[in-house]
Amino acid sequence: MSSTFDQVATIIAETCDIPRDTITPESHAIDDLGIDSLDFLDIAFAIDKAFGIKLPLEKWTQEVNDGKATTEQYFVLKNLCERIDELVAAKNA
Amino acid sequence: MRLEYFQMVDRIVSLDRDERSIIVSSQVPEQSTIFEGHFPGYPLMPGVLLTETMAQTSGWLLIALLKFERMPFLASVKEAKMRDFVKPGELLTVEAKVVHDGSGFAVTDAKISVCDKLKCNAMLTFRHTPFPNPELRGHMEAVAKRIGFPEQLVS
Repeated sequence: MSSTFDQVATIIAETCDIPRDTITPESHAIDDLGIDSLDFLDIAFAIDKAFGIKLPLEKWTQEVNDGKATTEQYFVLKNLCERIDELVAAKNA
Repeated sequence: MRLEYFQMVDRIVSLDRDERSIIVSSQVPEQSTIFEGHFPGYPLMPGVLLTETMAQTSGWLLIALLKFERMPFLASVKEAKMRDFVKPGELLTVEAKVVHDGSGFAVTDAKISVCDKLKCNAMLTFRHTPFPNPELRGHMEAVAKRIGFPEQLVS
């Protein structure tokens, strides 16, 4: 996860011009880092390319809107990285 | 091309879903009120309208890839370069290809050429959603027919 976090944090820092040292595993991409939905598309694009996956943003958004999940489950970075690791593992299975 | 109606695509020349690419042609009108202001005595196609032309071309490609079930909306324009003037009456060749197919979004590379000379290019990001209402879908189907969108791709 730490390697995944380092890559994701670097992507966020470079994509959104956020100081790298302010990005932690506990950071909430929206609430703490102030990343809006359009910027998150750029981040998703970069993550998809870097990890060879397709972040299921629509599914996650729907789950949050339906009250079946919280934004923390997907947008706190340590949780996002866990989801990424799961997607990578599923791809390689 | 009918600038006053934002109809930027005249005809689809080719659309390849496997290659995720499209080529369209479009003729810049000789006359338009837009050229009266842009610029007096030196009419040029505005860069924003060239960008819109690349966006609409990309949009038709995405509609085809999304099986005419979803509508793409332009979300961002990156690395847009207006490399040379486009003048009234010129015949544009507009090409686009998908460089990334994300969840609910897509990224395209698009460019416009005149007589094989590159005029502009950009990287465009689109959000796409199910058609928000039947009226819009009906309108897009009518436009699709007019510009030669492959009938078999209209589900």
